[in-house]
Amino acid sequence: MISIEWFIALSAVLFTIGAIGVMVRRNAIVLFMCIELMLNAVNISLVAFSSYHGNIEGHMLVLFALSVAAAEAVVGLALIIALFRNTLSVDIRNLTLMRF
Amino acid sequence: MMSYIVLGVSVALLVSSAAIAVYAERRIAGAIQNRYGPNRVGPLGLFQPVADVIKLILKEDVTPSAGYRFLHTIAPIIPVATAIMTVAVIPFGDGLYVSDMNASVLYLLAIASLGVYGITIAGWASNSKYSLLGGLRASAQMISYELPLGMAVASCLLFAGSLNILDVAASQETWWNIIRNPLGGIIFIISAFAESKRTPFDLVEAEQELVGGFHTEYSSMKFGMFFLAEYMHVVINSMLITTFFFGSYHLPFAGAWLPELSEPLKMALDVSVFLAKTSFFVFFFIWVRWTIGRFTFKQVMDLGWSKLLPLSIINFVVIASVLYFLHNGLS
Amino acid sequence: MLVMEIYAFILLSLLAIATSIGTVLNRSAVNSALFMVLHLLTLAGLYLLLRAQFLAIIQVIVYAGAIMVLFLFVIMLLNVEEEENIIKNTRFGFIGAFMVGALLLGQVVYSLLGLAGFLPELSGQAEAIGTVEAIGDVMFTDYLLPLQVTAILLTSAVVGAMMIAEFTHADGTPQDVIEHAPEDRVEEGGA
Repeated sequence: MISIEWFIALSAVLFTIGAIGVMVRRNAIVLFMCIELMLNAVNISLVAFSSYHGNIEGHMLVLFALSVAAAEAVVGLALIIALFRNTLSVDIRNLTLMRF
Repeated sequence: MMSYIVLGVSVALLVSSAAIAVYAERRIAGAIQNRYGPNRVGPLGLFQPVADVIKLILKEDVTPSAGYRFLHTIAPIIPVATAIMTVAVIPFGDGLYVSDMNASVLYLLAIASLGVYGITIAGWASNSKYSLLGGLRASAQMISYELPLGMAVASCLLFAGSLNILDVAASQETWWNIIRNPLGGIIFIISAFAESKRTPFDLVEAEQELVGGFHTEYSSMKFGMFFLAEYMHVVINSMLITTFFFGSYHLPFAGAWLPELSEPLKMALDVSVFLAKTSFFVFFFIWVRWTIGRFTFKQVMDLGWSKLLPLSIINFVVIASVLYFLHNGLS
Repeated sequence: MLVMEIYAFILLSLLAIATSIGTVLNRSAVNSALFMVLHLLTLAGLYLLLRAQFLAIIQVIVYAGAIMVLFLFVIMLLNVEEEENIIKNTRFGFIGAFMVGALLLGQVVYSLLGLAGFLPELSGQAEAIGTVEAIGDVMFTDYLLPLQVTAILLTSAVVGAMMIAEFTHADGTPQDVIEHAPEDRVEEGGA
């Protein structure tokens, strides 16, 4: 049987890749996808823990995380469309209006 | 063993039924418009699909020079693949299925939701404005109509009490779902039309506005794959309408009057009843296409979001409460 | 069976890592989104390995079937293509990001090593808890309140998205694309 450490290691690697993506990308939409990558990495470890313990709580948490991700994607993409209407680009370097 | 035989037969049937549907479409269109359809190749034009395929294979395969070659090539494969994957869970008769999956209805919805990628990628990879508009329309339309489709299916599941499509089929032995749940059936049929992008929902490839829509830049067998996929989806959607609402492989009220039959006889009866119903709905798809005009895009979105979706939710809630009170009394 | 599972795990995890790297490093937003779709499908496969059938299917329906189509739709609608060459133009930031990433990974692996040996084996109950019935049982009893709250959240998200995307000024004129981009806007293709 695959030991649980492998799943957690995979989750850690994917989370790191997502985090690096958030740091290096400038396109707001791709940035968003990198955040989803991180969210999914955490979901893997939750499902793994849940299955290895034989406890359903982790599954439920992932289910609610999925619906929150859907809500987040809807609002975030609407924000990106509004941003594009104002600056004609989705480059986050243009978002300096509120900068201190 | 049985499941492998069913798998082979059903995939072969699906692929060849697409060819038959193309021929039927052109002949029926001819009959409806008071003209001959194709009648030159072979007796009654029966070999017309073969001639079409030979023509498609012999054509030159063109990729737009400004397009994305890789995506342009894989895009036609996706709708064909999703159509074939659907066959895995459809019951063709009592015990005649490929796989007995616990959550096969969810599987069907998952596969259906992946089909949109082929068209969206095709629209994008062609790097043409017509294609892109077609792809955008397709993705908006298919996402919108998945919701009423899912709710209509869910209202069916209430009668079966299970997410297994075999139980849904078995639960309709006496009462078909279209009789117990007519509104759900109508919503399902409309959504199935929208999902397979047939008239009146064929804005994705509206000739007068978008030339060919997402497949404007496709030629040769790549176009052939899209063509094949369209008719495979018509056949698949006919099978789904039959399975969910028109009693699957059961004759009308079969539970009330049909005597026990021997195994091979029952099997033959089941399969022929199922195929007869499926053929009727394929005919229905073609009939509607050559009778009703196309909606505008605003009408399509309006129908999906502000009419079908609330209706399907109300339908679901009403059926659920009625079933609850039937089981538990009004106390 | 066991060997098959290990092979499947190795294949799926390599695919998941490769597709996530593809998502992060691809220059075209559409390709990124398509890599992301593949990534989500491999994750569904991993969930199946963990006996979470319901979550695997929901992952495909919600993520791959709805959220990513929405992403693709927005990318195509805005037609944003070919952002700057991320490696060439942001060399310093890129190296910094990788160092922070390595630090993060190191920290997680370090804390994981401290736990080695304490973690449980796959429970025999795993088969039973991943099914639709088991999840439905819990969802409509213990988790009824979170479920209702999620419903409210989704409704308000839809209404909020409509409000943001269909924004109109106080005098009723629709918000429009401004004629000129702000002057301090960073030019496409370089800092």
